[in-house]
Amino acid sequence: MEHIRTPKVENVRLLDRSLGQRKASVGTLYLSATHTIFVENNPETRKETWVLHSMVSSVDRPPATPGGSQLVLRCKDFRVYQVLIPQERDCADVHASLVRLSRPEKYSELYCLSFNPNVNKEEREASWSFIDLMADYKRMGVPNNLWVATAVNSEYRVCDTYPSELFVPKSATTGIIVGSSRFRSRGRFPALSYFHQDTLAAVCRCSQPLSGFSGRCQEDELMLQAVMKSNPGSDYIYVVDTRPKLNAMANRAAGKGYENEDHYTNIKLQFIGIENIHVMRSSQQKIIDVGEMRAPSMSDFLWGLENSGWLKHIKAVLDAGAFIARAVADEGVSVLVHCSDGWDRTAQACSVASILLDPYYRTIRGFMVLIERDWVSFGHKFSHRYAHLDGDPKEVSPVIDQLLECVWQLSEQFPCAFEFNERFLITLHTYVYSCQYGSFLGNCQKERRDLRLRERTHSAWPQLWKDRSDYANPLYQAELSQSQGVLRPNTSPYCFKMWKGLYNHVEKSAPPRQSPADYLAAVREESQQLEEELTNHQEVPPGGTAHHHHQHHQHPQPGSRQEDSSSDRSANHVGEAVGSEEDD
Amino acid sequence: MEFSEHIKTANVEDVVLRQPLHPPSRGTLCITGHHLLFSDREEGSSRQVLLLLRNIDAIEKSVENLLGYSGFFSNAGLSERMSGSSGTITIKCKDLRVLQLDIPGMEQCLNIAHSIETLSCLDCVSEMYPFFYRPADLSLQDQWGLSTPEKHYSQMKELCERWRLSSVNRDYSVCPSYPSAVIVPNSIDDSTLKKVAKFRQGGRFPVLCYYHKKNGMVIMRSSQPLMGANRKRCKEDELLLQAVIDGSDKGYIIDTRSSQQAQQARMTGGGFESKSCYSHWKRLHRQMDRGKALQESLIKLVEACGDESNNMDRWLSKLENSKWLSHVQTALSTAGLLAECVERDGHSVLVHGSEGTDSSLLISTLAQLIMDPCCRTLDGFLALLEREWLQAGHPFQQRCARSAYSHARLQQESPVFLLLLDCVWQLWRQFPLALGFSEALLIRLATEVYASDYGTFLCNSDQERCAMGIKDKTHCLFQALLRPGERDFYSNPLYEPTELAIWPSVHPQSLQLWRGFFLRWTQQARHLEEAQEEIRNMLIEWGKLALS
Repeated sequence: MEHIRTPKVENVRLLDRSLGQRKASVGTLYLSATHTIFVENNPETRKETWVLHSMVSSVDRPPATPGGSQLVLRCKDFRVYQVLIPQERDCADVHASLVRLSRPEKYSELYCLSFNPNVNKEEREASWSFIDLMADYKRMGVPNNLWVATAVNSEYRVCDTYPSELFVPKSATTGIIVGSSRFRSRGRFPALSYFHQDTLAAVCRCSQPLSGFSGRCQEDELMLQAVMKSNPGSDYIYVVDTRPKLNAMANRAAGKGYENEDHYTNIKLQFIGIENIHVMRSSQQKIIDVGEMRAPSMSDFLWGLENSGWLKHIKAVLDAGAFIARAVADEGVSVLVHCSDGWDRTAQACSVASILLDPYYRTIRGFMVLIERDWVSFGHKFSHRYAHLDGDPKEVSPVIDQLLECVWQLSEQFPCAFEFNERFLITLHTYVYSCQYGSFLGNCQKERRDLRLRERTHSAWPQLWKDRSDYANPLYQAELSQSQGVLRPNTSPYCFKMWKGLYNHVEKSAPPRQSPADYLAAVREESQQLEEELTNHQEVPPGGTAHHHHQHHQHPQPGSRQEDSSSDRSANHVGEAVGSEEDD
Repeated sequence: MEFSEHIKTANVEDVVLRQPLHPPSRGTLCITGHHLLFSDREEGSSRQVLLLLRNIDAIEKSVENLLGYSGFFSNAGLSERMSGSSGTITIKCKDLRVLQLDIPGMEQCLNIAHSIETLSCLDCVSEMYPFFYRPADLSLQDQWGLSTPEKHYSQMKELCERWRLSSVNRDYSVCPSYPSAVIVPNSIDDSTLKKVAKFRQGGRFPVLCYYHKKNGMVIMRSSQPLMGANRKRCKEDELLLQAVIDGSDKGYIIDTRSSQQAQQARMTGGGFESKSCYSHWKRLHRQMDRGKALQESLIKLVEACGDESNNMDRWLSKLENSKWLSHVQTALSTAGLLAECVERDGHSVLVHGSEGTDSSLLISTLAQLIMDPCCRTLDGFLALLEREWLQAGHPFQQRCARSAYSHARLQQESPVFLLLLDCVWQLWRQFPLALGFSEALLIRLATEVYASDYGTFLCNSDQERCAMGIKDKTHCLFQALLRPGERDFYSNPLYEPTELAIWPSVHPQSLQLWRGFFLRWTQQARHLEEAQEEIRNMLIEWGKLALS
């Protein structure tokens, strides 16, 4: 509270620009330790808007207007709030407070360390074992006679950004692993990401080799040999360098680089050309600007879209995943994926590949497992990339945004293949940035352990799982051909569109708001109920239950088909639906 | 004329057909007066592809001779020297499908290509396929069309107080492109109408096309007034418009040209309603591209969709450069303006551009869909198309003679109707529950308008259709679409009627490329179709359970 000079300001005007709102509402602004809260004066609605400090990415003070001083809050979920405060002094105070509160300097200031959902200690501890990575490796058939667990990284001795439990080729000895890790940037040696039981080919990941122009390392060469030997069906492996070739070559001057095909027997090197985090950061800023254009012409919009380069980058990530999936599924060849440090582009490419290869990762739980494995456990630097703490702005980049968007683009192409919907992806995006849960805090497993997050915070996964009915895709059909086995996406440019749901929260059109997904979800639920009733009431003569069924027949229609455009009404509606479900 | 004189080679064996979404297949190719028939004779499977020659927009042929013999040849000793030759014909259809035929024998290949080229662009209406199409389950005695102006008028009881049905055009002499009966203000007699018709291009005097029940306001449409360089006036025309807004303070005129274009039109005898003569009318100009500009836009868009460079920047710049989505945006926002004038402002509106047969129909149709729930059912939508496009005299035959692939010099072609369907699709996508028909209907219409078994889209006006005996000698597409089995397929399973207006968002982010049509021959479109199928199944299942 030390940073809050003025906790309450009256007669403030708030405009939620991202909702396409045109008229500001008048109310009172409160600053709490964790949120900015705006309460509308209108006695009928008393609508409340809560903005988490950790979601605020910038607070600007444009020049004052006759009506007062302005603040513009830009949030990490791309919402934009415009605040008009009558007194210049109050505005300055609020601005100073928000600037400080939105840039915490220590982990202890973060929301998750004060956030206390209504659960007891046992539940909190159980929440941390909700996702069990070892169970997932088991599900994919690991360990087996090709891939084994290694304790080499226990206590994070070999690589401090890797998890302590890892799978490596059976023939890789501790000496080979340690030697290879010394030859890899940040010690990130080749380890298993995904094993494909159908072809026995695997997706492995690592960081770039410290080869420079001519360096070589026998253990590293043996390590890649071991990866190849762990796939009886193939006599070579692909090494996918997800960087543009020029960038990889430039790295050689710094003693890093890529594998020399003359030194490694039986590898095929493939560059994909995903740009680095700096390019991605500025590209996303451009597409945010495109989303914020007031009344662009079609040409302005398409030109802006092209100029941002964003969809091109999304396509590159998807192309990388598709290449790996094809190699593993169609050619039966194992793939070793890396970029520079192997925690951004590598995580993206491996995850997309897993989603394409294995229907499990297209389910709600499977996708959680995937994020936990490729991102959380393998040391994706969440706190740096998503600016959890005030730090180097050059470390910030929308890496996981791009994965989520790739999945969204895929779900547009295969509408029946994913168990979850767009809302799930957007909520996950918010959780990654909001620091409400400890799941995505820190930059690697070791750091999380040292912070004792399991004792001090809660895991996000059980909460998402509890709300899973909100995140269900009613069209999901595991039996359909498009949902089964390997997804083979079309990555022609015309298959990509701007993800409006993320960058612009609402369709800027007037009522009636219509959501077929909500309607279908209601229909699906209703059908299941009816089916259960039918099996339960089979003894009752058909005429006897007609009335009862009829009532149910009416149930999904009102409200769910058409909603008013105002967001709080639809929010109410969701609440009502949940309530009535429980009553049943 | 006999078709057979254009067919030198009717059958070719051992042809390889390559088509999207299917593996290549080998079989027999057969050409008839109206069709290209390919039957696949491989083990057990007897797949057939029947393609209406009218559907073919362009062909490209290449022949090669394995003996090193080039395409140039003389007749002497041909058969011997042709033994090792073969040819390939690439067929580009108006429904955007691209097929390829590998034909053994250069001569056969050239013969087939020649037949396709000639037969696909015969423009004698009475020899077109709809006059020969006789399916077992349809009878020529069936009702043709869904409604008539007379029926339409009699169904709207509210009209008769101030509006009457005039048959001044019963022999099509007043306005050749209008139907025989039109709705006009009660107070305007037929002799006045005749005078007004002389003051409007093509005789298209202002007629009622929509009556808004909520407030009694109307949409009228016409062609431009023939004021000319010396600012001619027509008292009767002014009288007619005055009668339209009788009792209210003003009306709007939405001119689908820029004001500069409207001014320039005076030089060629056209013009606009000047403020001084029509003091109660407020003109709004909204420039809508038409004619050649639209056709070129379509050509560029289709070209962009076929680009195989796999380069995102190139795709987005080609998409932008085609301007197609800009046309969609303009059409929807102009229609929105029209609906706003009527529904929100409570004023009557007259819509016209120059001829009044293209963009006027486009925006009046869209505005009706936005405002009027009756137009949003499957039957209502088809009836709307019948009224606003067929009876209102959109020159389908001229506009849809060729499509995006044709190399022929453009004449009157313009994809206005396709643009309409695209705009309706945008509405459908933004309001997935509000429209009673499915995307499949829009795609079907987009195909039928260019090449059809049915007579519906033949000719340019009611008058021509009468003269050709279309109603007696061909079958009606709209009736066929409403048969029980087809009706299910073309209905929207999610349909839930709403009385509210459906105001579309015209923000560029809200408008999308109509993938279902422009990319319909890609795998991606199949997945989307599968999803639609899934929705249908779910609702059928639900319906069954609810009834049991």
